[in-house]
Amino acid sequence: MVRHALLQLKPEKGRIGRNLEHLQQALLNLRDEGVDVVVVPEAYPTGYFLQGGVRELALEAAELEDRLGRWHAAHYREPLDLVIGFYERDGGSYYNAAAYLELGGRGLVHLHRKIFLPTYGVFDEERFLDRGHELASFTTRFGRAALLICEDFWHTVTATTVALQGTEIIYVPSASPARGFGSGAPANVERWATLARAVSGEHGLYVALASLVGSEAGKLMSGGSLIAGPEGEVLAQAPEFEEAALVADVDLDRIPPVRYDNPMLADLKAGLPLIFPELRRLVEEL
Amino acid sequence: MKIVRGAPNHEVLDLNYPLVAAALERFIREELAQRGYAKAVVAVSGGVDSAVTLALAARALGPENVHALSLPHRDSSPESVAHARLAAERFGVALETVDITPMVEGYAQQTPDLTPRRKGNVMARARMIVTFDKSEQYRALPLGTGNKTERLFGYFTWHADDSPPVNPLGDLYKTQVWGLAEHLGVPQEIVHKAPTADLEPGQTDEADLGVRYRRADVILEHYLKGYPDAYIVGLGYTPEEVALVKRRVNRTHYKRHLPAVALISSTAIGEFYLRPLDFRLED
Repeated sequence: MVRHALLQLKPEKGRIGRNLEHLQQALLNLRDEGVDVVVVPEAYPTGYFLQGGVRELALEAAELEDRLGRWHAAHYREPLDLVIGFYERDGGSYYNAAAYLELGGRGLVHLHRKIFLPTYGVFDEERFLDRGHELASFTTRFGRAALLICEDFWHTVTATTVALQGTEIIYVPSASPARGFGSGAPANVERWATLARAVSGEHGLYVALASLVGSEAGKLMSGGSLIAGPEGEVLAQAPEFEEAALVADVDLDRIPPVRYDNPMLADLKAGLPLIFPELRRLVEEL
Repeated sequence: MKIVRGAPNHEVLDLNYPLVAAALERFIREELAQRGYAKAVVAVSGGVDSAVTLALAARALGPENVHALSLPHRDSSPESVAHARLAAERFGVALETVDITPMVEGYAQQTPDLTPRRKGNVMARARMIVTFDKSEQYRALPLGTGNKTERLFGYFTWHADDSPPVNPLGDLYKTQVWGLAEHLGVPQEIVHKAPTADLEPGQTDEADLGVRYRRADVILEHYLKGYPDAYIVGLGYTPEEVALVKRRVNRTHYKRHLPAVALISSTAIGEFYLRPLDFRLED
């Protein structure tokens, strides 16, 4: 069992120091929970909507690792794994990124840069950010994992790709303004749950979605973080709009028997070569 | 074999009003807190929009942290004043009355050709002056009460009704404000009366606009979502109604923007230099 805590926190816009302290306090509050992996939403250290302010507030990955690593060393004896979304500066390039940090261990294990930058409607990411170009799974202390950020996950081909790479759990930091108030939950929250259930059920893996909360100039970040299991079920879900820690155990040992009974991933591997020529033709036409 | 037919697609305006109310209460609390405020000022006209705003503010902040203002002119309808009082009583908020007659008449006396419509706009702007002064007096932030329909139509006094920095109703059509009002328990006589800006005696919104709100809102929602005119007409609206609605929207875009500024540099504010309104750096 790997105990996860999904922290849907409310940052204060631009106040990185305060927001990291707020995260650290939340982690200390969870100390007795025996958490192995903590997941923090997209763009948490700064808030999501920055427009051109990304240039002033983006962090280098090493800087974030250093700040959190030093704090961890002062407060913990055991390692703690932390997934966190943040705006990343790398030389003259700026990314919407997520880091997998093994605090008290290997440090920065993996860095993912968001590939699908929403630039429509309320979103304007590609105006201010560079696209990531890599999609790779990686090995944690507990198993095989991958990071996808928000819209990355809305294109199921990304989850399919990392599933084929052997991923057992996909971490998805997100920031999703609530919209569509016609049914029981905001439409975007329902869409996230539908996607997480479909992806986890199709590939027999876990999905851990950590979704930001807080009102950013009227855009109410929706929360509703969730963990979905390999049979396509939502194992636990946090409330909408308010800060919460969603604590749930992930049993990676469930994956082999579930995939044995429902061998969709194996079927995909068998059938992919049949459809790949057409996929390649479509890509080459682009 | 059983034949099952899908109904023609159309947009639905009805909302989950308890969910909307909870979201708007959170919006009020968090947007005020972000600006360093815990109290609000609401100018209450006696109409449904300000009554709903008052109800949301009282639920979000506690009635003791809301200042309701009744700002009548001597020509205002007595019903408006009575309904403002009724709304404040229903939601347990203390109501302060400031008579704007001397402010407005002071100007009117110097302006012999002041038309009723211009005078109505002077009243709306006098109310804005009082609301912002009360904001400073009580350290309480003014809440806007304008709904999406009147914003889209430009049917408001510019730099008056649209001036408060935080507006919970601006993305709700009038039809939806009515639905929210029912959920929040706004008194029935306020919900069901004919909407009026009450800037001139006998004025009603729908007579001014030339279309009923419940019809305009459906047209607006389909127009904004990209349905062609013919499709909207097919839903039971007249070509004249559709044209009127589109004309009102497209003649008033300037009222929903900050002033046009001559662009001279590559650091023009809001053109090149882009920051969201809540942006800040750590002190």
